[in-house]
Amino acid sequence: MTDVMTEVGAIDCDVHPSVPDVAALLPHLDTFWRDSVVERGLNSLDSNSYPLKSPLTSRPEWRNKSGLPAASAKEVGDQVFGRWQSGTAILNCLYGVQLLFSEDMAAAFCRALNDWVVKEWLDRDPRMRASIVIPMQNVEYAVDEIERCAKDRRFVQVLVLAMQEVPLGRRHFWPIYAACERHGLPLGIHAGSAYRNPVTSLGWPTWYIEDYAAQAPGFQSQMASLICEGVFAKHPGLKVVLIESGVTWLPGFLWRFGKFWRGLRTEVPWVDRAPWEIVRDHFRLTIQPFDAPDDPHAVERAIEHLRSDDILLYASDYPHWQFDGDAVIPAGFSPALRRKIAISNPLATYARLKEDAR
Amino acid sequence: MNIEVSAKARANGQNTRLDIVDCDFHPKLTIEMMRPFLSNQWWVYLQTYGNRSRHGYSKGYAYPKMTPQAARRDAWPPGGGLPASDLEFLQQQHLDYYGISAAIMNPLSPTGQGDMNIELSVAMASAANEAQLIWTGREPRLKSSVVVPYEDGAASAAEIRKRAGNKDFAQVFMLSRTGEAAGRKRYWPIYEAAVEASLPVGIHAFGYSGWPMTSSGYPSFYIEEMTEHATAAQVMVTSMIMEGIFERWPDLKIVLIECGFGWLPALGWRLDKQWKRLKGEVPHLQMAPSEYIKKHFWVTTQPMEETENPDHLLEVMNWIGMDRIMFSSDYPHWDFDDPFVSLPPSLTDEQRRKIYSGNARALYQLD
Repeated sequence: MTDVMTEVGAIDCDVHPSVPDVAALLPHLDTFWRDSVVERGLNSLDSNSYPLKSPLTSRPEWRNKSGLPAASAKEVGDQVFGRWQSGTAILNCLYGVQLLFSEDMAAAFCRALNDWVVKEWLDRDPRMRASIVIPMQNVEYAVDEIERCAKDRRFVQVLVLAMQEVPLGRRHFWPIYAACERHGLPLGIHAGSAYRNPVTSLGWPTWYIEDYAAQAPGFQSQMASLICEGVFAKHPGLKVVLIESGVTWLPGFLWRFGKFWRGLRTEVPWVDRAPWEIVRDHFRLTIQPFDAPDDPHAVERAIEHLRSDDILLYASDYPHWQFDGDAVIPAGFSPALRRKIAISNPLATYARLKEDAR
Repeated sequence: MNIEVSAKARANGQNTRLDIVDCDFHPKLTIEMMRPFLSNQWWVYLQTYGNRSRHGYSKGYAYPKMTPQAARRDAWPPGGGLPASDLEFLQQQHLDYYGISAAIMNPLSPTGQGDMNIELSVAMASAANEAQLIWTGREPRLKSSVVVPYEDGAASAAEIRKRAGNKDFAQVFMLSRTGEAAGRKRYWPIYEAAVEASLPVGIHAFGYSGWPMTSSGYPSFYIEEMTEHATAAQVMVTSMIMEGIFERWPDLKIVLIECGFGWLPALGWRLDKQWKRLKGEVPHLQMAPSEYIKKHFWVTTQPMEETENPDHLLEVMNWIGMDRIMFSSDYPHWDFDDPFVSLPPSLTDEQRRKIYSGNARALYQLD
């Protein structure tokens, strides 16, 4: 097939707008923080999770002259809505504000980042939606930021990183999940680290490829934590979207987790169903990177092992270089499943997408 | 998992003779057994300070186990002592009862592995190896593992060379939670010496790396500690591949013990996918990451993955390779897998023969 294989009107659940530099956020910071940025010479908060020049961070042809990918609403729109004919894009901004150590500074920069997304992206293209970036450094500040941004119905999700200071299930985070539930916002957990701990439980790895590979175990730990601590017993309406998590690790992880749940459930009595049942009810995963072999039959088998047609969400992960050509959905998905993950699964996940925004 | 097995009920073993090699059997080598092989200085030190693992508790574990000693309730010897500390009782309850022809001993604590005091680890590893030889002398079905003080690469290599050629030793023994990921340079002397001695390196889940058990800090529950062993194993395999140790030692063989295996195919796929983009960073790799997995890794069965659909388990086993999977019981621990019922019934006879014994006999050169 030479034509672009697209799902017209798809909801692209993972698109990354780039912040060019800290200066771009200055108009959205108050005087104190603006002065701080200038006086302290702070010009970059780029995260080590995505080294700017790494091949995985952007496909070469998606970089502009200065090497920055996804630098404007128009560039992103041309690719996502133009070439791929998607109808909606959810913007997940990965600028490293979640790594800051000062909770005050983190709160100020999250506010600035979310306001920047509104002004430079959401206001420029009505097909765009976004996630609220929150300062996990301080739970009260995080809830404040959700309350502040949730009024704008174009924010459809709350966004945190996969690797945190402490596991996400821990009880002091629960006010955040209550706020998510209150406002119909899924908790989106995206690949990346706040770098409070080594990115592996065996210390700091040598190579970047190990850092990126370690994201999948990072997601597994968070899934175990959210379930074991009882988050879903307390917040039955909470949905969690694992974004850029990879997909094929899920069955193997659940087999092991399910087996130990059978043997050890007395330790966590509020986990009253098998983990895979909880996962099917509460978790969704975006499809890129789809970490199966290229062979369509292997892809088919990997999907079958998930035992759920509801769990995957369409996502290009633009501009990260996860696939070649236009194969946002890898070969091996049936036409019906392609359609389902592109439209109905995202609509069932993101309550706010069903509204006429604004 | 805690069904009582009477030690005498089946003294004649099973009716249909199946050759079973148990690749994960845990002898309890008491500190008293090791005493003759420790200097007076270290003996006094142990009496005074004990082992100090890289966590806070001086006795016991960071996460309390769900049963005493994490053992089967029926594995406590009637004559007293800790589970698997009484050779005669475990012969009856385990080796004879199941008709096991060979069992690889993987001693856990007290062996000093991962202790904060590396010199103490060096002394205790050697003593643990001497203590195992006492048992192999009394029970020829048992095989020893060369316990190495893995945080000291040079001392570990010396311990391996000291044991090389002794047919009582079947493998080199490490734990999965090392202070750095197992591919890192500090561990290379271990792999060099293991290859030189023609011994596979068995890496058993557990240990304390000194780092939090997740990349988001410490989890709350023992059940998470148990699931996290599989995440640590993923990181470990990734490190060994990416650091290029299999290019340096093409004959190096790694056995993943009690790490599970359901995650292994997906890890290979993920690494292959990333390698396609990032191979410029790791030019020392000569083939796709999953090829290294196929060529250099073996897995043991317990804790046997339990899939919702039994066909999926067979599929995963086929992806790994029926010639790479080796039966293990984990005796005497609570999550012990019974040799008679743990493997999927739909395996062919040939597959059963390989998994129960053939693969292990070939790898460990047991005949």
